Amino acid sequence: MAVVLDKSHRWRVVAAHLGLICFIALIMFPFLMILLISLRPGNFSTGDLIPSQISLEHWKLVLGIPYQAADGRLVEPEFPVLLWLWNSIKVAALSGLIGLLLSTTCAYAFARMRFAFKAQLINSLMLVQMFPTVLALVAIYAIFDQIGGYVPWLGLDTHGGLILAYTGGIALHIWTIKGYFDTIPVEIEEAAKVDGATPFQAFRYVLLPMAVPILMVVFLLAFIQGVNEYPIASVLLKQQDQLTIAVGIKMFLYEQKYFWGDFAAAAILSGLPISIVFLLAQRWMTSGLTAGGVKG
Amino acid sequence: MARKLEHWILLLAAGLTLLAGLFLTFKMYAAGQPLLATVCLATLGLATYIYSTGRAYAFRYLFPGLLAVVVFVLFPLAYTFTIGFTNYSSKNLLSPERAKQYFLDETYVVDGESYAFTLHSDGAAYRIRLENENGDVFVTDALALKQATPLSVPAHRLEAAEAPLSEPADTKTLIQNLKVLKLVSVTLPSGLVASASGLREFAPVRKLYQPQANGELKNQQDGSIIKPNFETGFYETAAGEPLQPGFKVGIGWANFKRIFTDSSFSEPFLRIFGWTVVFAGLTVLFAFSVGIVLAVLMSWEALRFRKLYSIFLFLPYAVPAFISILVFKGLFSENAGEINLILQSLFGIKPNWFTDPFLAKVMILIVNTWLGFPYMMLLSMGLIKAIPADLYEASAIAGAGPFTNFFKITLPLIVKPITPLLIAAFAFNFNNFVLIALLTNGRPDFLDTAVPAGTTDLLVSYTYRIAFQDSGQDFGLAAAISTVVFLMVAFLSIINLRLTKVNQTENR
Repeated sequence: MAVVLDKSHRWRVVAAHLGLICFIALIMFPFLMILLISLRPGNFSTGDLIPSQISLEHWKLVLGIPYQAADGRLVEPEFPVLLWLWNSIKVAALSGLIGLLLSTTCAYAFARMRFAFKAQLINSLMLVQMFPTVLALVAIYAIFDQIGGYVPWLGLDTHGGLILAYTGGIALHIWTIKGYFDTIPVEIEEAAKVDGATPFQAFRYVLLPMAVPILMVVFLLAFIQGVNEYPIASVLLKQQDQLTIAVGIKMFLYEQKYFWGDFAAAAILSGLPISIVFLLAQRWMTSGLTAGGVKG
Repeated sequence: MARKLEHWILLLAAGLTLLAGLFLTFKMYAAGQPLLATVCLATLGLATYIYSTGRAYAFRYLFPGLLAVVVFVLFPLAYTFTIGFTNYSSKNLLSPERAKQYFLDETYVVDGESYAFTLHSDGAAYRIRLENENGDVFVTDALALKQATPLSVPAHRLEAAEAPLSEPADTKTLIQNLKVLKLVSVTLPSGLVASASGLREFAPVRKLYQPQANGELKNQQDGSIIKPNFETGFYETAAGEPLQPGFKVGIGWANFKRIFTDSSFSEPFLRIFGWTVVFAGLTVLFAFSVGIVLAVLMSWEALRFRKLYSIFLFLPYAVPAFISILVFKGLFSENAGEINLILQSLFGIKPNWFTDPFLAKVMILIVNTWLGFPYMMLLSMGLIKAIPADLYEASAIAGAGPFTNFFKITLPLIVKPITPLLIAAFAFNFNNFVLIALLTNGRPDFLDTAVPAGTTDLLVSYTYRIAFQDSGQDFGLAAAISTVVFLMVAFLSIINLRLTKVNQTENR
C-alpha cells in the first residue's frame, strides 16, 4: 500500500503478532493437553500438567493390546476402538459411495435435461437440505423398527440401516455437482451425441471423466459427514460391537467408568486421520464450490 | 458385444430388484400392513413406468436420488408430525390389533388342580408324563422339542401293559428345554388343556379372554367385560380402570395442549425455549465477533506469517466435533479436569462447571465459540476480500485509524451479505443437539418438572430425552415438540431465503 506509515503502525503489527500467538496458544491448549494425557500413566490427573514419566499403556489398550499394570494385573482393553473405527469407515465409505451415485445422476438430469417441474424440484431440494434431521429422530427410529421387521439386515442396530438412513442427505451434494456440471460446456457432449452416443453414453464416457475432481470432493465430504454423524447413529445402534466411533467413544467418559487417558489416545487415533482428510478436502472444496456453487 | 452383455446384466439386475420389491410388498401385506404394501406397490409401479417408457427419460436419472430424499428426509418429517397427534409411548406402543391379540393370548389356571410333571427321554426325543393327586398318570407320544413353536399334543392314560418310561430327566435338561416346553399344551382325555405352570408342574389353563361381537373382551374367569377405549388407547374395565398394554390411537391436539397449557409441561418448555434462543444468539454473536476480528487480522497485508496463523486458527473446525466436545467435557471435569487443576493452582478456585447451572451455560458457550469461530472467520475473510481496497486508501488519507476502518467500512459492508449466513448459523445452533448431548446431556436438571428437563437442554435435546431416555418414552409428546421446533426453524429459513433473494437482486 502506498500509504504513509506512522510510528504507531509498527507497534500495532507487534501487538497483533503477540495477540495472535496468545490466542493460538489458547486455542491449541486442548490439543496439547490431550496429547499429554494420552501419554500419562493412569486415568486420573496426577497433579501436574506435564507428565513426569511417559507411558504407552493407553495407546496399547486403544490398539487392542493388553498390558501388565504396575501391580501385576493384566489390563484388557475395555472397548473395541479399532472395531468402532472400522465400522465408521465402512458405514461412511459405503454411504458416501451410494450418496455419490444417487446425487451424480440427479445432478446430471438437473444440469442437462429439460423436464416438468424442474425449477420447483431443485428449489425444494434446497429447502429440504435445511430441515434438521434431529427433529425426525423418533420417526426415523420407528421407520427402521418397521423395516427391520421385513428385512432384518436393514433394521435397527444394523449398519445396512444406518447407511440407508444416510443416503437421504444428498440434497446439498446434488447442488454442488450440478453447479460443477453447469461450468462444463454442453458442446463437448453434443459433439459426442452427433457421433451417435446415447444420452447415457454422453454422461458416462464424456461428462463423468471430466467431473472426477468434484466427485472426489463430494465423496470426501459425504465420508466425513458419515464419520462425524452422531444423532441418527446413536438412535439406531445399540450393541457395543455395532457402534460407530462417534457413538462409541463417549463411553470412555461415563461418570462411573472414567477412562480419561484411554479416551485421549482413542481421540487422537480417530481424530487425526479424519482431520487430515478434512483439511485436504477443504482445500479442494473452496475451489470446487466457488467454481460451480455460485451459479444457481 | 460387451455393450450388449452390459445391457443384459442391467436388465437382469432390474428384474431381480423388481422381484425383491414384489416379495417385500407381499410380506408387508401378509403381515397386515395393507397401506404400506399399497405405497410400496405404487412406488414399484412408478419405477417400472419410468424405466420402461422413453417419455420419462430424465426421471430415470432422478428417481433413485429423489426416492432416497423422500423416504429418508421428507417422510420422517411428515411421520413426526403425525406421531405428534398420537399417544405413541412406551405405555401405548402396540397397534390396536396387537394389543387385542395380547389379551387374547392371556391364559389363566383353572381351579387349583395341577399335575406333577416329569420329562422322560425316548431315544433322541422326549415324552411328557403328568400325574394328578389321585395317582392318574398321562403320557404323550415322543416329542422332538427342537423348535420353540406353539404345539398342541394329546396325552393318553398310561396303561399297565405299556413299556415303562425311562428315568425322569434331570433339572438341567428341564431348564434347557423350558423355553420349548412352555409352548406345549397337552390335551388330556377329559378334554382339559394343560400347560407348564412351573418347572415340575403342569396345570390346566384356559384363554382368559373371549372376544365378543362388539369388540369387547369377556373375562372367562370372573365374567367381567373389558372394552377398548379409543380415546385413551387402553382396554378398560367396567370401572374405567385402564389395563396394560395400551395401544396407539390418535388423540388430536392433546400433546400440543399439554405443551402450551399444562403448566408442568409449558413451564419447562418456555424456560428451555428461552435458553435455546439465548444460546443460539450468543453463540452466533461470540463466534462472529471472534471470527471477524481474526478475519480482519488475516486480511491485513502488513502482517507476516498469515498463512501459518490461519492454518492453526482453522484447526478447531477440522477436528470432528464429537471428539473436541468430549475433550472439553474431560478438561472441564470438576474433580479430575485439567482446567480446574490450572485454576486451582493459579487462583485457588474450583468452579463447578457441570453442577452449577450458570457455569454450565458459560462452559457451553465457551466450547461452542471455540468450535464455531473458524467458520465465521472463513466466511468473513471471503467477504472482506471483496471490499475494494481504495476505500481503505481513502480512509487512510483522511487519517482514520483501524477502529474507524473496522466500524465505518468493513463492518457495514459485510453486514448485509453475511446476515443470511448468520441466520443459518443461528438456526443450526438452535438445533445443536450433538453439543448438548455430548457435553452436559442437559444437566443440571430442573427439580420441579414432570418429565426430565435440564437447565442446559435445548429444545431438540429435550425432545430426545423425552423420547429415548425417560422411562415413559413419550414419543407422541416428543414429536409434538419437534413439530413446534420445526415450524420455528422453517420460519427462520423463509426469512433467510427472502434476505438471500433481496441480496442477489441488489447485486445484479
